[in-house]
Amino acid sequence: MRAELARHAPAYIALALALLFFPAVASDFFLTQIGGYSMIFGMMALSLMILAGYGGMVSLAQITVAGVAGYSVAIFGINATGVMGFAWAWWVVAPLAIALAAIASALIGWIAVRTDGIYTIMITLAIATATYYFTQQNAELFNGHSGFSGLRAPEFWGVVWRDPKPFYYLCLGAAVLSYLAVLYAARSTFGLTLQAIRDNPRRMRAVGYDVTAHKVFAWALSGIIAGIAGVLLVWFNGRISPGTIGVGAAINVLIIAVIGGLKHPIGPFIGALVVVLMQTFAIDIVGADRFNTLIGLVFLVIVFVSPDGLLGLWGRVKPHLQQQPLR
Amino acid sequence: MSLSEPATFTRRQGWSIVALLAAAVLAWLVFAVWPDWLDDILISKKAFVSAILNGLTLAGLYFLVASGFTLIFGLMRNVNLAHGSLYLLGAYIGYEVADRTGYWLLGVAAGFVVLAVIGIVLQVVVFRRLEGDDLRQTLVSIGISIVAADLMLAVWSGGTYQITTPLWLDGAVTLPIISTIKSDGSTVFLKYPFYRLVVLFVAVAIGIGLWLAMNKTRIGMMIRAGVDDRAMLSASGVNVHRIFALVFAMGAGLAGLAGVVGGSALSVAPGEDVRYLLTSLVVVIVGGMGSISGAAIGALIIGLAEQLGLVYFPTYGIVLTFVIMVVTLAIRPQGIMGGRR
Repeated sequence: MRAELARHAPAYIALALALLFFPAVASDFFLTQIGGYSMIFGMMALSLMILAGYGGMVSLAQITVAGVAGYSVAIFGINATGVMGFAWAWWVVAPLAIALAAIASALIGWIAVRTDGIYTIMITLAIATATYYFTQQNAELFNGHSGFSGLRAPEFWGVVWRDPKPFYYLCLGAAVLSYLAVLYAARSTFGLTLQAIRDNPRRMRAVGYDVTAHKVFAWALSGIIAGIAGVLLVWFNGRISPGTIGVGAAINVLIIAVIGGLKHPIGPFIGALVVVLMQTFAIDIVGADRFNTLIGLVFLVIVFVSPDGLLGLWGRVKPHLQQQPLR
Repeated sequence: MSLSEPATFTRRQGWSIVALLAAAVLAWLVFAVWPDWLDDILISKKAFVSAILNGLTLAGLYFLVASGFTLIFGLMRNVNLAHGSLYLLGAYIGYEVADRTGYWLLGVAAGFVVLAVIGIVLQVVVFRRLEGDDLRQTLVSIGISIVAADLMLAVWSGGTYQITTPLWLDGAVTLPIISTIKSDGSTVFLKYPFYRLVVLFVAVAIGIGLWLAMNKTRIGMMIRAGVDDRAMLSASGVNVHRIFALVFAMGAGLAGLAGVVGGSALSVAPGEDVRYLLTSLVVVIVGGMGSISGAAIGALIIGLAEQLGLVYFPTYGIVLTFVIMVVTLAIRPQGIMGGRR
């Protein structure tokens, strides 16, 4: 991690300054709808990047994991719907929600690693879709189609965390922590083992590593990050319903990760920023109705042109820029 | 047989006996007049048998959709996540053609042919370029499904359509199954929509046709060889790309046909693409990838589970489907009929 930070020190310092002082210049809309939202979805895509980039497992169930955390916040915390809502304190509810998300993620992973390769994407998509239909059908636990509303970011230390500026810093803090954690984990013994398993599971099994346990643990770790994102998402939206964790949303997370790039943990955040900006401003260009066509086409172009996303594109352009002109 | 060998059943004999017993119990459940205690447990005979029949017809529909999916995957290792979109597009095209010409059969044919052509175009223009890179193929199919869903929404808007079936398919038939005996001693027989039985019949016919085509024809032999070892098939002088295009056409066409047939029994609306994609996924995960008979078994299990779940535990119905998938993966990761990979 230290090496990575030192190598790109100027870029990181510039980025840190920009992010820290962004609230000084930005309007509330930019702070939450662009800044906060990008970071929440960036974290969700980051949780996918861990699995796909380091573990070779492409999951479509990250929004489902985030949804477990989101629904937990609604069920154990305060909601305005009259269904469930145990009204536990936020400092119980939030960690509990994240822990439940990690457990759910580990379970999904435990199911998915029964098979490998392209099957993972199918199984996780099936899980995501089934969960969506389940939350929609089930009224007792998930309040069916309408879901929960009236969920609020808490107030503590004298700060109202749902106000734009505090919420922005909350998201920023969570995103930076997750990012650094992933950078650290990637170079840890566990991270290196996971990457070795991605490259050659048979050899790693022969050497004596428990391949399944490592993969499931990676799922649990990614579940923590997705869970944090899920908690922030419901605090941000104030509500959660089956639509929040629908198939469209599940695919959205994958699109963000792929557009940004799955090779480096900064990719998902770039992807999230690009997609959120598109979401916000493309409406002026193509109209709100055909936004999905636009994003689908952009996604197709990226997959065709640059399998490593925008990061890969940058990696290809950079050498040309650095070339010294011949004299 | 030596005397020292204990007289035990082989595994196969054991399973046959279990299967026979299950079939006998089912036959009794369907044809016998139920005693009261059974009515108490399973609501009523009418509800139970209707759920079984609905499950069977639904299974037929699921089989039509999933068989194309499994064929395409088996041969090309292509997880086509746009398969649900093919189903929905077929349904819309069938609706338009049937509505304008007035001939339902023409709608069915159009659904098959148009989607088969689209399937060939997809394979030749898109998927062939990414051959051997299954992750990118899958990602591309996701992109296609997003764009397709959005464009279909633009053309047909968010409303629900119902493809009208012709008169000769309407009405109900009385089945030789006693549903209840009234207090005055007269027996009431179960009635069931004729069209749904036709759907079941069509699915079975197509299933048998597919099985024959796969097992008794030269093309089928090539496809099976390709499923086992693509490179070897190509090396022995077969134009595999032609086979790929053919299989893709077949799979997409079947999805389109299922769209029209299903859209006549149920309804056509945005979101159906996701539903049938989920079904195809679960059916082939349970049944085993790349196997036609696996798709049939998977469709049967999921169709029955879904309908019985709907009757007996409505809000947890989807969980049953899910549990079946998880149990299959836990016990037999390659699916019931899937070969060892």
